[in-house]
Amino acid sequence: MRLWARGVGYAYVRGKPVLQGITLEVRAGEILFLLGPNGSGKTTLLDLLGGLRLPGEGEVALDGRPLSALSPRARARAIASVPQFHEPPFNFTAWEVVLMGRAPYVRLLGQPGPRDRAAADRALEALGLTGLRDRPYYTLSGGERRLVVVARGLAQGASFLLLDEPDAHLDPANQHRVLRAVGGLVEGGLGVVATSHSPNNALLYAHRVALLAVGRLLSVGSPPEVVTPDLLQNAYGIPFVLVGDAPRAVLPALT
Amino acid sequence: MTRSRLAWGFLLLPLPVAFGALLVGRYPISPGEVGAVLVHAVREGVARLLGLEPPALEGVAPVVQSLVLRIRLPRVGAAALVGANLAVAGAVYQGVFRNPLVEGRLLGVSSGAGLGAALALLLLPRPETVQTLAFLGGLGGVALTALLGWAFGGGVLVLVIAGVLVESFLSALLGIVKYTADPQGTLPAITYWLLGGLSAVRVRDLLPLGVASAAGLAFFFLVRWRVNLLTLADPEAEALGVPVRAMRYLVVAMGTLLVASAVSVGGIVGWVGLLVPHAARGLVGPDYARLLPAAAGLGAALVLALDTLARTLLPAEIPLGILTGLLGAPLFLALFLRFLRERGGWR
Repeated sequence: MRLWARGVGYAYVRGKPVLQGITLEVRAGEILFLLGPNGSGKTTLLDLLGGLRLPGEGEVALDGRPLSALSPRARARAIASVPQFHEPPFNFTAWEVVLMGRAPYVRLLGQPGPRDRAAADRALEALGLTGLRDRPYYTLSGGERRLVVVARGLAQGASFLLLDEPDAHLDPANQHRVLRAVGGLVEGGLGVVATSHSPNNALLYAHRVALLAVGRLLSVGSPPEVVTPDLLQNAYGIPFVLVGDAPRAVLPALT
Repeated sequence: MTRSRLAWGFLLLPLPVAFGALLVGRYPISPGEVGAVLVHAVREGVARLLGLEPPALEGVAPVVQSLVLRIRLPRVGAAALVGANLAVAGAVYQGVFRNPLVEGRLLGVSSGAGLGAALALLLLPRPETVQTLAFLGGLGGVALTALLGWAFGGGVLVLVIAGVLVESFLSALLGIVKYTADPQGTLPAITYWLLGGLSAVRVRDLLPLGVASAAGLAFFFLVRWRVNLLTLADPEAEALGVPVRAMRYLVVAMGTLLVASAVSVGGIVGWVGLLVPHAARGLVGPDYARLLPAAAGLGAALVLALDTLARTLLPAEIPLGILTGLLGAPLFLALFLRFLRERGGWR
């Protein structure tokens, strides 16, 4: 499966585009990080790739078919969009939350069947959450909640997983747990796109990085090619310094 | 799995309560007599269906048979349906509006139904016109809310705001009707209707209530798991391929059918739609696949029990709405405090 954005543009307000001329390929078996300052259009691009918004210009296509030509169900079986926050009004268990990922497979007047239950169990297992299966969602820690929602995306059985800031609001250990677990999924052939505010997480966990600034793609490439002081200064507007080599990190330059 | 069995078990709960309700009243009837009357009614029905001679009922006075079948049984049936309808609709509304404090009366059902009933009592005071206009008023109130909400973009919050607007506007219209009503006859009739009660229920009222309840409850039986998906935020549900706006409107429409049919027969019975779903959640968890059957059984049993108290506690009938309010508020407080203690705060 191939997911492409070609010459994509989007504007919430007419005449004020938040994204322009974005061309980007998402590949199976890799984690693609989307970096960029606040308001640079990362989440909008993620929504466009997930088919949750339709581009004003250009086209997003899955295996050559524009996403707009897919039914919502077919789209949800191929691409799983995982939101940054999931706040159910009631205290569902982790398993019940994950089972909701089977929605695109359950008929309108039907119930989830044995296959759906098994898929939910497998998704929990793949992320090492089997022990939390029957725990109420609101008793889970921030990192566990994030993983449960990723498991819901996994239960969708999609080829592409689009994660909105999976490392936000988590302590370093939990960021590591979540991104490492996602890395494990990618080894199974899944294609993952993750937006992030952490260039260092991109260096640590990404296979490729796309750097956005004010609605345009500054650079796409391997982490060491893209996460450089020059390009980051271009995007974020402050100087950065490179620290170390393996592992490598970037820090704002103290001047 | 045991929780799931428990949930379906609640559907049987109204049966013993209904049997108890048939025994008690101004004229107490023994369990043996009630049993004989019921068994005979079933055998008579089967015989009629097969074209055979209906068997005779022996050992029970005809007045007792008539009391059980024509007075108490319709009322028991109506109480069970009203309770199940209000509880299921309340549970569903709480999910669709992603708000645990909502109940089925939101969105202008009750004020619309009240206005319809009051107009009927003012202009054409016959039981069937009161019931019909109350039902149409309830649907009209919600239709107005839905139209207004849709005109403003159709989001959940906008729909609730539209509901509050419609509710208050229709209440003002109801005020006008009450103000012009004759204080000796029509005004008390309107007031009693608004207090809620099932004392006027007869066999013929059961057909419209039964049909609307069957349609609504069957719909929710089928979509019970999918209601879970409507508790997600709109973009989340859309990402799962759910046509969330259309589903919300469909589910609200079917919920309204349940509430409007209940209100048209029983007047305004508060608290059941708020309290029973929370009690059911405490017992079987929030998954709608289990919650809806549990809420239906509990709601039916609760309203049956309360309606039986309403007609037996005092020599004069107590309006059902007053009883549910008297019991509902303290019960809700107790439930809410337990809920806060368990989770160490809101949620």
